[in-house]
Amino acid sequence: MVTMGLLLALSFVVSLLALGFLIWAISNKQVAPDQHDARVIFDPGDEGHVESGETATSRPYNFDTVRSGIDAISARPVAVLLIAATVWLVVGSGFGLVSSLKLHLPDWLSDHAPLTFGRVRTLHLNLVIYGWLSQVGIAAMIWILPRIFHTPLRAPRMPLIGAALWNLAVLLGALAIANGWTDGEEWLEIPWQLDLMLALAGFFFMVPLVKTTLARQVHHIYVTGWYFLAGILWFPCLFVIANLPYVHSGVEEATVNWWFAHNVLGLWLTPLGVGTAYYFIPKIIGKPIFSYSVSLLGFWGLALFYSQVGIHHLIGGPVPTWVATLSVVHSVMMFIPVIAVAINQHITVGRNLWALKESLPLRFIAFGALMYTMASFQGSIEALRSVNSVTHFTHYTVGHAHLGAYAFVTITMFGAAYHMLPRMTGRAFRWPALINAHFWLIVVGFAIYFFGLSIGGWLQGLAMLDGTRPFSESVILTKPYLEARSVGGALMTLGHILFAFNVASILLPQRAPETVRTVPAE
Amino acid sequence: MNNYLPLSIISLGILAFATLMLVIAPGIEMARPEPPAGLQPYTVEEQRGRDAYVSMGCLYCHSQQPRAPEQAPDGERGWGRPSVSADYFYDSPHQLGTMRTGPDLLNVGARLPSESWHLTHLYQPRAIFEWSIMPAYPFLFEVKAEAEEGDVVVALPPEFAPAEGVVVASQEALDLTAYLLSLDRTYPAPQDGIRDDGYRPRGDAE
Repeated sequence: MVTMGLLLALSFVVSLLALGFLIWAISNKQVAPDQHDARVIFDPGDEGHVESGETATSRPYNFDTVRSGIDAISARPVAVLLIAATVWLVVGSGFGLVSSLKLHLPDWLSDHAPLTFGRVRTLHLNLVIYGWLSQVGIAAMIWILPRIFHTPLRAPRMPLIGAALWNLAVLLGALAIANGWTDGEEWLEIPWQLDLMLALAGFFFMVPLVKTTLARQVHHIYVTGWYFLAGILWFPCLFVIANLPYVHSGVEEATVNWWFAHNVLGLWLTPLGVGTAYYFIPKIIGKPIFSYSVSLLGFWGLALFYSQVGIHHLIGGPVPTWVATLSVVHSVMMFIPVIAVAINQHITVGRNLWALKESLPLRFIAFGALMYTMASFQGSIEALRSVNSVTHFTHYTVGHAHLGAYAFVTITMFGAAYHMLPRMTGRAFRWPALINAHFWLIVVGFAIYFFGLSIGGWLQGLAMLDGTRPFSESVILTKPYLEARSVGGALMTLGHILFAFNVASILLPQRAPETVRTVPAE
Repeated sequence: MNNYLPLSIISLGILAFATLMLVIAPGIEMARPEPPAGLQPYTVEEQRGRDAYVSMGCLYCHSQQPRAPEQAPDGERGWGRPSVSADYFYDSPHQLGTMRTGPDLLNVGARLPSESWHLTHLYQPRAIFEWSIMPAYPFLFEVKAEAEEGDVVVALPPEFAPAEGVVVASQEALDLTAYLLSLDRTYPAPQDGIRDDGYRPRGDAE
């Protein structure tokens, strides 16, 4: 145990030393990201203009010739990925809503095995993570990386092959899960045979992004690029190692499971969301982020601390004490990178609140970025042993997971999609009011969802910790909160259908009615 | 931050370090050549039942990891002693779980040792607990006009029984029940058992 205690101390000291070195390096200008580098996302004349264009009344697009050439090449793979992701979002939310309803209507749809709660819930998770979030995130990367590197996407056909393979694998994975063929671990349910296909598809997404990076026309890699480029290396490693069959078993398998599952959030979905926000917030507002040096602290802090938080899912379980403690400590250390990102993103938005009126996408992205801060603060506190004793094993955790994966990443991606679509198609949204309706449906729906589960889950946890109260109390008292969650979830699902409609309405060739011919903007 | 290669190498290095700390080091510490005395391997039927447990997704509502009395009253609820890593020697995929929408099941076989109880409960949980929100699994059973030889008939109160005929358990329901009954880690924890003792009161270390 002494050696393990030393390992624990070692891990922490290494992380702190690395962080100290980074701060030293920044303050001594060893690495000198200055505000000048933050402007790499703007072209001459771009800065200082708000970039909207979703509504007919706002300023027309500010396409410059170089960049529209870049966008034209990215547009096709981005469109394919975005359409597929949107389909999975709607299907996945449907399964989410069904599982939510089943928790308070347990005899509803109980006649067939594929519709049992344990499978429907699993379908929801896998479809929204692999079908929706990963694909829309890859679409955002394919759109943004060529723009910040000032060069067109290389090998632009490869993502199309990747998308075909990826979606086939997600579909087959869903069919497998529905029919009871599963690897049986949370976040890793898709059978490993199909995971091979996902990994192959991932290769087809990675190569063009790496080739584009190597061909870049700018000296500096903008902060978004750090997150994206690290994410496309981290996720394949995590995915392949965690899915290796016949290697892991027993509790060791559980540590692999949570090392993977939390890193999907920390080293894949978070880089996608934070990277996207780091690009679009200053880009839309037309001003560089608040402090470019601080963004470096945010990125490396995330890498160092987030990568080691996974075992907080096994606190109080059959794992060595030191490894649970290690993850608790790193969870709390996450305050550092989160505050760094918060300083940059929220101050930039806060100083330019007027831009929220101008740009609907910015509303989604700024809201999502704010939720990143909230979810991370909550997560750090939730990992504390005393708090974890109450919240672990309850619906509170489910609420927290949705604050991260939904309110932060998903809502950021909605904004990204709404910003990219007019620039991909050269058309404006015909009904901007529906974008606004989408925003309010999901924000109100999510608020009901989140507060319902958080309050219900907390009370459930307190009931379970009190040995004088029978277990049944912890079930009965959650029922009204589970019903509230279904109401919130229904509003969110409705919002997603509206999103799908908005995406379809701008992407479909607009059939001109007999009397009115719509002229594409520009 | 102008070069791709250093960025990639440091990023992957950090992930490798995290893997060492979270996976490899605890894996080495927990590795055991032998199962603890008292833990039996699953029989063929129990293993089939375990596969059914995995495929139905029981994991999403039931944990299999009783906590220590210093942290939670799991023992008082009859869920068993705090589990140690060796208790899971034969388990793959692991089913430790992260939710207790329903109770912990690591020792359900010792707590509820009746096959008949489990069959009724799987067919319709509300036949036993009116407040239960567990899914019913009617598709693991068959309604027959009358029981044939070798059939296991499910005992049901009249309001949950079919209007005519009897409810008979399928092989899958019997397997699943066999697995649930096999869940019994009431043997003494091995001396060198590993678990998170982070809640042990200060000064009370072994």
